[in-house]
Amino acid sequence: MRNVVIVGAGLTKFGEQWKKSFREMITEAAVSAILDSKLEGKDIEAIYTGTMATGKFIGQEHIGALISDRLGLNPIPSTRLEAACASGSVALKQGYLSIKSGEHDIVAVGGVEKMTEVGVHHASSALGGAGDQETELFHGATFPALYALLARAHMKKFGTTEKHLAQVAVKNHENGVDNPFAQFRNRITIEHVLNSSNVSSPLKLLDCSPLTDGAAGLILMEKQKALDLGLDAVEIVSMAQASDSLALTGRKSLTELNATKQAGKLAYKKAGITAKDIDIAEVHDCFTIAEILAIEDLDFVKKGSGGNATMSGFTAKNGSLPINTSGGLKAKGHPVGATGVAQAVEISQQLLGKADKRQVKGLEYGLTHNVGGSGATCVVGIYRRA
Amino acid sequence: MNAGIVAYGSYVPKLRITPEEIGRVWGKDGKKVGQSLGVKEKAVAAFDEDTATISVEAARNAINDFGIDAKKIGAVYVGSESHPYAVKPTSSIVAEAIETGNDYTAADLEFACKAGTAGMQACAGMVNSNMIEYGLAIGSDTAQGKPNDALEFTAGSGGTAFIIGKKPKEIIAKINHTCSFTSDTPDFWRRQHAEFPEHGGRFTGEPAYFRHVHSAAKMCMDKMKRKPKDYKYAVFHQPNGKFPLKVGKMLGFTDKQLEQGLMTPLIGNTYSGSTPIGLASILDVAKPGDKILAVSYGSGAGSDAFDLTVTKNITKKRAKVSVRKLIENKEYVDYAIYAKNRKKLKTL
Amino acid sequence: MVEGSPSLGWRNYSQRYNLAGNECKTCGKHFFPAVALCPTCRRKGKLVETKMPMEGRLLSYSKVFVGPVGFEMDAPYHLGLVKLQNNVKILAEIVDTPENKIKIGSKVRKVFRKIHSEGETGTISYGYKFRVV
Repeated sequence: MRNVVIVGAGLTKFGEQWKKSFREMITEAAVSAILDSKLEGKDIEAIYTGTMATGKFIGQEHIGALISDRLGLNPIPSTRLEAACASGSVALKQGYLSIKSGEHDIVAVGGVEKMTEVGVHHASSALGGAGDQETELFHGATFPALYALLARAHMKKFGTTEKHLAQVAVKNHENGVDNPFAQFRNRITIEHVLNSSNVSSPLKLLDCSPLTDGAAGLILMEKQKALDLGLDAVEIVSMAQASDSLALTGRKSLTELNATKQAGKLAYKKAGITAKDIDIAEVHDCFTIAEILAIEDLDFVKKGSGGNATMSGFTAKNGSLPINTSGGLKAKGHPVGATGVAQAVEISQQLLGKADKRQVKGLEYGLTHNVGGSGATCVVGIYRRA
Repeated sequence: MNAGIVAYGSYVPKLRITPEEIGRVWGKDGKKVGQSLGVKEKAVAAFDEDTATISVEAARNAINDFGIDAKKIGAVYVGSESHPYAVKPTSSIVAEAIETGNDYTAADLEFACKAGTAGMQACAGMVNSNMIEYGLAIGSDTAQGKPNDALEFTAGSGGTAFIIGKKPKEIIAKINHTCSFTSDTPDFWRRQHAEFPEHGGRFTGEPAYFRHVHSAAKMCMDKMKRKPKDYKYAVFHQPNGKFPLKVGKMLGFTDKQLEQGLMTPLIGNTYSGSTPIGLASILDVAKPGDKILAVSYGSGAGSDAFDLTVTKNITKKRAKVSVRKLIENKEYVDYAIYAKNRKKLKTL
Repeated sequence: MVEGSPSLGWRNYSQRYNLAGNECKTCGKHFFPAVALCPTCRRKGKLVETKMPMEGRLLSYSKVFVGPVGFEMDAPYHLGLVKLQNNVKILAEIVDTPENKIKIGSKVRKVFRKIHSEGETGTISYGYKFRVV
């Protein structure tokens, strides 16, 4: 049985990168990951990159070829994968499978999005493509609106409050302070969130992850080869992916994301562990409600108690289960295609003890949770130091 | 003439603005302006309403309330001066929405405020000649009035759909006679790409409105050998609340005969919808045997007159929600919200 | 939005104007919009066109302050997730309703409205919205 490890990880600074192009960012993240791995570019056999909406954001398709070209790695195969905001994780999963299968020994995985080249309404429309064009976007739905519908249903059913939602943002901004790559490194209060401008009620500006430029890279390798070379490595213990209806209207429940539940269940099963074994996680907090849904649907807390658990500090950096020590999508930023890969970067650094001021002690298992759209795709990964 | 009205339905948008509020913006005593025009408030179409949506809602009310099989509608005419497209019919949008199938003829009509009644005449002719079983004629508008023009105090939104047929057991109001009085009179116009209509001020009165309405009404009554007192109700085109009462007086009608059909004071002048909505309001209360005189007016200029007799079928079938009840569902807006909804802000 | 395609709206008239969806005669489930394959019965499914009911209840709602392209000037507007009487869910704007009447559980009815127009020169799309009754 072949196993897969992460031997290199790299990020660009996340944020409004006015001076950097799409191609510069993905090159920078890839070079940084290769340097971190102690390998060389010529060792890489294939490239898998996740990016969501380059056609709408920068007018460019054929991203695979662009990237191998920029990295000077022609003629190796280079492929772009897309699953909305989960594009990064499906690219990671593809890289993982390519080594598992025996096809490759060393591959590069990237995630990238350049979101600030277009105006905010166009960005909103581009992201809206993650939902159902015919029945959601056509009728004026935006992504904040879709999550707002989920938030309202959760509030009604479980008594979750706007303060509970706000605390997710407060906690993630607190974590972002210690992340030099994060878009926002300022502390905020619940009042700041509640007083921020309305986006789509009940969600306000500070309930939402920002528009972000950024890229992330990972170098994956067959485990035994990495150990033979004495590389610092984090094993991808399991990766699972699940799908659900593209539109919210197709969901059985509005108070859970079934794709998260299914992917989580399968990932735990493949890893032979349960939610209780997870020591740290990066979850998909594109909106504050999304983190509450995630910690419930991943079985970290009981359904309906996500708001109270967040309020109690359970998910804080010094809590029982630190969630989003990187700052999450909220504070670190959410360059959609890069997010899934960046989550794995944070978890691998934490497991290797390389997370500097963000470092959490005594870690064994880490988890990443990356959602596409309003929950139509979910990828969950489980990691452990090799 | 065997044709008659077999069904009718109306739709008036929910938003309202008062003359006081319009006057506030232009430094006029809006209340006085409203009183002199006989208009208390006017209906305003929301940003997502236009002649097509108003026409569809009115047509659906007619079909649903009277149990009409839309597949049997052989002609669809929408009369309006605010068709959403310059080229591409509103009438086919309506037909598609009410699912007439494809076996029908259609056209959009424009004759200032009388295009709706012109459609009724066309349908009556086609029904009488057995070309079609039912004809759908709609008069509806999101009337335009230039900001700070006298028209802005009156130009409203709304419409009524009539289905014309000839089965005696279905007719609720028989059309005994219809005739028109038409001339080329340039009292009010809008050029192809102009946003708002222009008008000839007081020229719109005596040589235009009064001459045509009066003449058509006389022609119709003479033909039918009737006097004003023979009619229970009359409805004359209502550019404001005053003109129809004045022309009524000139012809010998009392205010009482005109009251029920006088809708402009409450919703404004709905242009092509004006006479049809007034007639609908009369049908809401009319009793078997009642005679009705309806005379529209379209600038440019012409009037269509109709002599109608209400049948006993009206005791079984009427609009489920009367026009006067329909317009109770309202919400007042200020000039800013009105300007936004009517796209009077230049960036919209 | 896919701009500049007259066929896209034309193809969907019955869906947008009259809530035409379909129904699987094998399992009885209703679908809106229509599906090309019954997800439950699969090859044994038998799909026939059917109209959705005009009324339903609000499952959730949001007031949208920042709209996507084409909706910039509509804002703020309300979006509602509606459960129709046949249990099919549908997402649409909620119009002509005072804000305090828009609640989870509110009864809504379909209306015919303009959804979107492609600038000053493109086609106009019409379709369903709902209002609280």
